[in-house]
Amino acid sequence: MTITRRQTFMMALGATVAAAMPFRAFANATEDSVAAFTGGAEMGTEGLTLTAPEIAENGNTVPVEVSAPGAVAILLLATGNPTPDAAIFNFGPLAASQMASTRIRLAKTQNVMAIAKMADGSFVQATQEVKVTIGGCGG
Amino acid sequence: MAENVKPKVRVPKTAAAGEAITLKTLISHPMESGQRKDGDGKLIPRSIINRFTCDFNGQNVIDVTMEPAISTNPYFEFEATVPEAGTFTFTWYDDDGSVYTESQDIAIG
Repeated sequence: MTITRRQTFMMALGATVAAAMPFRAFANATEDSVAAFTGGAEMGTEGLTLTAPEIAENGNTVPVEVSAPGAVAILLLATGNPTPDAAIFNFGPLAASQMASTRIRLAKTQNVMAIAKMADGSFVQATQEVKVTIGGCGG
Repeated sequence: MAENVKPKVRVPKTAAAGEAITLKTLISHPMESGQRKDGDGKLIPRSIINRFTCDFNGQNVIDVTMEPAISTNPYFEFEATVPEAGTFTFTWYDDDGSVYTESQDIAIG
């Protein structure tokens, strides 16, 4: 592999930025995702169930289930990942229940967050911490 | 990029009219997140399935926006109402433009 002068410079710059603000950057990315979904609206806490394991041995496949009766969409976030967005479930007219389960990657021990958009336009939030033994983002 | 992509879906053969049934889907796909590096330290470019939809006779059941945090071989489980006999259509949209579809008939009985 050949490295040009420009690449060397960009790598050094990237390393500096990463070292300076690792945590704030992730926190802000989460806030951005939440704001994009809710438009900054107030969030309740009732009516959304987020089911995730307390301890996940392998961060590569962590089973997560969200359920929010009456929701039109549910946003799923892994707040500790380099990119926090995991999925947005939009429920159509033939969805029998506003429930979905999938498997996500978690880079490290972190809070998994779900936000449901209800039919009346309100938002509900649920958070659960998942302890991760082996991270799932490679490296 | 993505080879041997095989969708698998589990739909009951029959259901009562108006019954809620559980659907399970799995598709084999590496879901390369764009975060990993190869042996030379270079980033492996992102290559994922970014959207999954399920429809029944043209009516939407679920539409999922997928991000790199979805695991390899994406799995989804959800519930659908079956108003009449018909066909479930499952569609996955790949980053590279490929579209994978699978359909499954269901009868009333």
